[in-house]
Amino acid sequence: MTMQTLPRRLGVAVLTAVIVWILSVRLDTFRDYQIAEIAVYVPAVAGLTVLTGLSGQISLGNGAFMAIGAYTTALLLLHLNWPFIATLVAAAALAAAAGGIVGVAAARLRGPYLAGATLMLGVALPSLAFAYQGIFGADQGLSVTFTAPAFLGASFPLTRWQAWVSTAVALVTLVLLANLCYSRIGRNWRAVRDDEVAAALDGVNVAVTRILAFVVSAVSAGLAGSLLAIVTSLVAPGAFTITLSIALLTAAVIGGLGSLPGALWGSLLIVLVPTYVTDVATSHGLSSSVGSNIPIAAYGAILILVMLVFPQGIQGGLVRLLRLFTGPDQKTRSSRDAPAPHVTPSASEAPAGQHALLARGDDPPEPPEKEGTP
Amino acid sequence: MVEFLQFTLSGISFGMIYAAVALSLVLIWRGTRLLNYAQGGMAMFTTYVAIEVIYRTGNYWTGFVSALAAGVVLGVVCQLTVIRPTMNKPPLNAVIVTIGLLILIEGLAGIFFGGQYRSFPTAFSQAGLKIGRTPLGVSRYDVFVAAAVLVTTLALAVAFRYTSAGLRMRAAAFNATIARLSGIRVARVLTVGWALAGLLGALAGVLVSPSTFLYPNSMDTIFVFGFTAAVIGGLDSPAGAVVGGLLLGVALSYAGGYLHSGSNLVPLVALGILVVVLMVRPDGLFSATQVRRV
Repeated sequence: MTMQTLPRRLGVAVLTAVIVWILSVRLDTFRDYQIAEIAVYVPAVAGLTVLTGLSGQISLGNGAFMAIGAYTTALLLLHLNWPFIATLVAAAALAAAAGGIVGVAAARLRGPYLAGATLMLGVALPSLAFAYQGIFGADQGLSVTFTAPAFLGASFPLTRWQAWVSTAVALVTLVLLANLCYSRIGRNWRAVRDDEVAAALDGVNVAVTRILAFVVSAVSAGLAGSLLAIVTSLVAPGAFTITLSIALLTAAVIGGLGSLPGALWGSLLIVLVPTYVTDVATSHGLSSSVGSNIPIAAYGAILILVMLVFPQGIQGGLVRLLRLFTGPDQKTRSSRDAPAPHVTPSASEAPAGQHALLARGDDPPEPPEKEGTP
Repeated sequence: MVEFLQFTLSGISFGMIYAAVALSLVLIWRGTRLLNYAQGGMAMFTTYVAIEVIYRTGNYWTGFVSALAAGVVLGVVCQLTVIRPTMNKPPLNAVIVTIGLLILIEGLAGIFFGGQYRSFPTAFSQAGLKIGRTPLGVSRYDVFVAAAVLVTTLALAVAFRYTSAGLRMRAAAFNATIARLSGIRVARVLTVGWALAGLLGALAGVLVSPSTFLYPNSMDTIFVFGFTAAVIGGLDSPAGAVVGGLLLGVALSYAGGYLHSGSNLVPLVALGILVVVLMVRPDGLFSATQVRRV
């Protein structure tokens, strides 16, 4: 596991920070804004990839936790004038509490039943903004004022500062998540995902482990929501529709489920592809109804294609490509180090108990109650 | 009392539409253990087919039938082109493919039909029915909606129960390997399942669109409530889908009618019902009690 030591992770984070810094200084304000946008999604997608990829629980409602984070930050900035970093902590704490509640409810649910419940959560929570218009401002939402600090000078572009702040938060979240994934907690998640009974036999508290995963993913999403508030300068229910929750899951799976670098690829994809296709469409002078819909159609087609061509997501595809160049002796190592790309148990990661249970003679070859997809 | 009757009847009318969507999800789930997130999008697209046909022919029923036919074709095409190749891949991939399909279909609908809201004609009057002077809160059209879904559901139930094709479908859903060993072409049966699901979705789309308007995202909410209904009823149970749909429809109708600022709270009420049901029965109301396999 030499690849995964703390200094190495910090090194990668610092390197990424430097790259983003160079890019943000070189590129124009629009590209800076895109960097900020990508960095907003990264913590949310990373939290979800941990929840679904490592602990094996699906969520189609993580947009709700983003909403909690965003509204927390907006309200605290608006009414109490808190410094942003303090609102970030508050957003994380509130999201953690919400994640704990959802996690307790979710611990009993499986597959599509969990997907359905979380989907409804994602739909229902933003409707609170309409029910309590006095606090949350209904459709108009709350506007957030966020400015670059004075020492950077008056002419410093706000989007660059937004990109820096978001990237910093995203990278810190990624490093913390990476440490968590390879700690005892992360091993417990994988054990519970692969075989609950075997994990429980080994002394893992299955319920607590599963709930903890929800808390962690909620905190990550809460941080992302906080960032969204300061990057878009507006917190309104329209930003937290089911489209957002679905985009998060999509990004996690497309990037490579369970992989933190994959969370980055996924976020890049969901931000850049629609913009890129729009650029191409408008530059070819297409009519607005066609031009505005081609990106949507192309995005859908790309999702389907990536899933068919790279079943293990972009990160899985990259690892496979890398293996072609590094040769067979690297093969075993890279396959072990690669994070588990999907929810079903893989031979390399399954605990010993798994094989014993699978080898039972009385196991019917194809049970009527197959493991379902959500 | 009159209010209660009105809310109940209009709840049943909407509940039948949720039931149709739920049933289409259950059909696919039983066959392939896959939840089709594109179901709402497919229904939206076939409803556009209906509206185009109705504008050109001026006849509601031609449009109605062409929507159902388009639903069957769309179901088969989707299953054969993009769903079948995912069957031997990690399970979440198929989920993302159906999400991709949903986005693709919504984009295509925007390109072909434009993004503006369009009103959809009805076959029957939408004026409220009355007994004596008491308004019932439902129209002739609402009665037609409930009847159409009921007839289709019963026809499917009879087909599943009493025809050999239905037996093959039940066998394939129950145990694919043994069904295959018995000479059933399971892959073909799964395609038929998608065709039927497409038909049910198309029915729901045509029936609901007069009340919601038609636009590329118009079926999203209906899909969410249909999905919720299927989860409440239990995804393995067609009867559960219908009961779940009716339960949800009636409950949401009460919430919208009785609660102060009710329409804002409807999604929260739906969430509440879902959570309560799932806390008591984690696999839905109509699930057979099963020990989870290890």
